[in-house]
Amino acid sequence: MSVLVDVANWMLLAAGGAFCVVGAIGLIRMPDFYTRVHAASVIETLGAGLVLLGLLLQAGWTLPAVKVLMLGLLIFFASPTATHALARAALLRGVKPLLADEGESPSKP
Amino acid sequence: MYEVAAAALLLTLALALTRAFLGPTVFDRALAANAVGTVAMLLLAVISFMGGRPEFLDLAIVYGFLNVIGTVAVLKYFRYGSLGEPGEAEDAR
Repeated sequence: MSVLVDVANWMLLAAGGAFCVVGAIGLIRMPDFYTRVHAASVIETLGAGLVLLGLLLQAGWTLPAVKVLMLGLLIFFASPTATHALARAALLRGVKPLLADEGESPSKP
Repeated sequence: MYEVAAAALLLTLALALTRAFLGPTVFDRALAANAVGTVAMLLLAVISFMGGRPEFLDLAIVYGFLNVIGTVAVLKYFRYGSLGEPGEAEDAR
């Protein structure tokens, strides 16, 4: 049972770390601001969620588990709010999204 | 196993800091600062389990709240040009 929990914990932590690194690479490589917002939100949803889930498994039914749960709730509510405020502020200040050329894309903005 | 996660988080931190230095607009820098705050929070939580010191989780919670408030304050400043006065009209946009 304990070995099972350890293996699950290891996999969750490794996956969370991998998603964090992927999001950070996206933060570097993406071409404009709005796609970078998309890449950074991977860090805050999947990366943070998986890492905290792994820690929660390791903590068991103790006080640190409650604190980890509070951290998860904080990220769950606050990080979409911050990301939305960021994108909205950028849009209102006139940061243009990078669009495809005319004729190349059939969709209207 | 915690060391692997901590190393990945440190790599994430380094890449986000690179974006904060490069970022062409101020919003890129704010985005990178937000990511740095989130990753630092995760790093504190992982360190608390790595060393068996649960006090670090409290630090992580405080850091998370500060991160949110800081991001929103910086954004408000760069959107309106001031942090707002009490009694100022709300629809001054």
